Amino acid sequence: MRGLADRDPGATLSFDLSRPGRIACALPELDVPAAPLPPQSALRGELRLPELSQPDLVRYFTRLSQRNYGVDTGFYPLGSCTMKYNPRINEEAAHLPGFAGLHPHQLETAQGALALMYDLQRLLAEITGMDAVSLAPAAGAHGELTGILVARAYHRQRGEGHRQRVLVPDTAHGTNPATAAMSGHEVISVASRADGNMDLDALASALDDSVAALMLTLPNTLGLFDPEILRIAEMVHRAGALLYGDGANLNALVGRVKPGDLGFDVVHLNLHKTFSTPHGGGGPGSGPIAVREPLAPFLPTPIVRHRESDDGYVLAAPEQSIGRVGLFHGNFGVMVRAYAYIRSLGAAGLREVSENAVLNANYILARLRGAYRLPYDRRCMHEVLLSGSRQKAKGVKTLDIAKRLIDYGFHPPTIYFPLMVDEAMLIEPTETESKETLDAFCDAMLAIAREADEEPEVVRSAPQRAPVGRLDEATAARHPVLRWRRGEEPDP
Amino acid sequence: MANPYIANTEADRQAMLEAIGARSLDDLFADIPDAQRDPPLHLPPPLSEPELLAELSTLAGRNRTAGQMTSTGGGLACFLGGGAYHHFIPSVVGQLLSRGEFLTSYTPYQPEVSQGTLQTAFEFQSLVCELLGMEVANAGMYDGASALAEACLMAAAVTGRRRIAVLDSVHPHYDAVVRTYASGRGLAVDRVTPTGPALLEEHACLAVQQPNFLGYLEDGDALAQAAHAVGALHVVAVGEPVSLGLLRPPGEYGADIAVGEGQSLGIPLSFGGPYLGLFACRQQYVRQMPGRVVGRTRDAEGRTGYVLTLQTREQHIRRERATSNICTSEQLVALAAAVYLCAMGKQGLRRVAELCYHKAHYAAERIAGLAGYWLPLEGPFFNEFVVGCPRPVADLNQALLEEGILGGLDVSPGSDAGLKPGLRGLGEPPEHAMLLCVTEMNTREEIDRLVEALGRLGGSQ
Repeated sequence: MRGLADRDPGATLSFDLSRPGRIACALPELDVPAAPLPPQSALRGELRLPELSQPDLVRYFTRLSQRNYGVDTGFYPLGSCTMKYNPRINEEAAHLPGFAGLHPHQLETAQGALALMYDLQRLLAEITGMDAVSLAPAAGAHGELTGILVARAYHRQRGEGHRQRVLVPDTAHGTNPATAAMSGHEVISVASRADGNMDLDALASALDDSVAALMLTLPNTLGLFDPEILRIAEMVHRAGALLYGDGANLNALVGRVKPGDLGFDVVHLNLHKTFSTPHGGGGPGSGPIAVREPLAPFLPTPIVRHRESDDGYVLAAPEQSIGRVGLFHGNFGVMVRAYAYIRSLGAAGLREVSENAVLNANYILARLRGAYRLPYDRRCMHEVLLSGSRQKAKGVKTLDIAKRLIDYGFHPPTIYFPLMVDEAMLIEPTETESKETLDAFCDAMLAIAREADEEPEVVRSAPQRAPVGRLDEATAARHPVLRWRRGEEPDP
Repeated sequence: MANPYIANTEADRQAMLEAIGARSLDDLFADIPDAQRDPPLHLPPPLSEPELLAELSTLAGRNRTAGQMTSTGGGLACFLGGGAYHHFIPSVVGQLLSRGEFLTSYTPYQPEVSQGTLQTAFEFQSLVCELLGMEVANAGMYDGASALAEACLMAAAVTGRRRIAVLDSVHPHYDAVVRTYASGRGLAVDRVTPTGPALLEEHACLAVQQPNFLGYLEDGDALAQAAHAVGALHVVAVGEPVSLGLLRPPGEYGADIAVGEGQSLGIPLSFGGPYLGLFACRQQYVRQMPGRVVGRTRDAEGRTGYVLTLQTREQHIRRERATSNICTSEQLVALAAAVYLCAMGKQGLRRVAELCYHKAHYAAERIAGLAGYWLPLEGPFFNEFVVGCPRPVADLNQALLEEGILGGLDVSPGSDAGLKPGLRGLGEPPEHAMLLCVTEMNTREEIDRLVEALGRLGGSQ
């Protein structure tokens, strides 16, 4: 393996390090008589996996990890992603042999795990103010699909299968319209007003008896809590539709407001956001849904029920279940972490989460107010939306600002989302960051604003202090190279 | 007690409120209707770290789990499979996954600071292609069942057809998830047998599992031919990817889309998740593939780097016209599979597959020799097989458990995953049937103990 001074470490994959005969793990010998193998026609020829020694393997992946930025390495204010600190005790809990070694077909010998799932269902029902919970969905978008299929089954059972439309505000995450389409609905976009709240006239004119649900993120992706939420819920219900809650932004409300009290009929939660489980570079997540009683019979299979006869727990199919959405019972390992998190904080601790998350975001807003345009100049919730439009007018794009933040040692915020805000930067600090960190980040943002005025080329050429510079994404998409190939093999 | 995950002190909060121009924290929540703010919240009181660990250890201790290849350890001898498998996980997998840079990062939207995640995803795609014998793979799906469901939706999009055919030997949970997803798009799902009812020209795909739910090998070539004869795509699901250390990969028998459950590749059983969906297809369909895809490119100085690519398929760009709504998936689990496949390598995966195969056949042969037990299915199998039993499987499993053995899955007719008449020339299925699984983790001593116990329990009726 080449040294640390290697100019182009990205060019070397495990396959390139491979040498015939090396192994990284010693395996046992066969201790039973060998059986005849299946016919040759059923056997594979070459198995072209890399051959590495264990030290080479560990060094290769360790060095790759060093080319990554995580919450553990620094501030990661990625809007709508809730990159909070991931408590280590929760990792230890999930790795307990009694959890990690449990086979999903076990039942009577898995009562501790089922008890945990049952309790988590109840805890999440209490936190959301809803009646029943399914832990089956593996991530937020999976929860959305599950929730909308539950809503559709509910309508159909009432003879209202003609409700084929789902309303989605223009501020919504892309997963909302994608989910609505995937569940067989027509997507109708609802505009927002200049103050960031939903346009109630637009909502009123979109609501009729063809609407199955309104999918609403609260606070919305502008970081704003719509004060008309009760009115919205009433309008939706009066039209016979359901109010679906995208829980991506629950970190703003957890412990202080229950979505069920606001009129939501279905919500999905992101345990990897609000409930602190690690994001893992893009999963595993967990996307439970919580519903009101009339929708409970349609929840996916399985849910955990308490068995009175012997105080045990069983997996059950709800009466009119939409069926299975995943192979087994959901991402149990993630559930253990979220359960540990809720138990470690309790009600008061959860309340501190949303309080400090909202405080931190408003503090950033206050400090950056003069330097960047505020498309919605009002109190924000757990994330603050800025626009780089002033800087763009001077030739420095939001993308440049994001890349320059890397040079200052920070992960950039979410950029160019929400779509209808020009040069958007969505900054979510979370509650786990200190005032010192927020100040350092704001100082960097202010410095970049100055640089955009005085030496824009510095910003435009960023990052200079990252493992690689800006990458050619256009060529990557036009001529996709999606896998390793032997030297002599051409790419398609 | 202070919250260990929150840094703000009371003094910090006051200073920040002052900077904001708010009088109190409540001020910041003024948009929320008064009546709905701060309702009673009934949660158990907070636990300190040692109390929490004690609580969770107690819960974990109420579960009994498979042991680590020892005749004296406290764990169970595990012969349970049926979609999740007890395999050895090399230490390097867990050790490398615990690196905070991997663990605590997110979707690599900013490639300059995400090369670790991106390059390992590219590794993963490359390894999955090799394993499945396919041309392109994505960076991972939720699990094998949802991957199969997405494959069926993709086949419908590719062919413009609105019926899905699923072979009757596909895992019932996979079949169920296909039905749930298909119902969303309004697609019909037909369960078909190799001998009929025939595939129709309306079928977008024929979905099969290899080895099938019961561990036996399907004739991949014949099934591919049947699918292609009606213009349908051949979709192959591999529920036990260790089998690919030994068996011909789907790409070599005509798979247009190949999916799999990656759990066997270095991922703990963990009561069913998080697991990992493998997803690969022919090059010509790459722009209809769901999920994240990482591509290789360069920066201005010519250095090699990796980026998310073909993003115009995805929900954050294409919204309601995306190929799928999938966003957060199983990236860290895919990393585990990549490390596992590198750790096993060419020789190791073959060795693990052979150990599974020979040990399973040793067990099957010995059990078939017991009075009252027989193997109702014929043909080659990998590491799972069905045993006809003289007594109800639940009774046998209860008795086995008392001897420290986790028995097989109940596949008696009428059970959740029960055998259906007509399956693979099965004829009338046995009244009591158990699906047994043997892996490299089962020592000969464990297998002999299982055989001895079954013999004793079977004879005592």
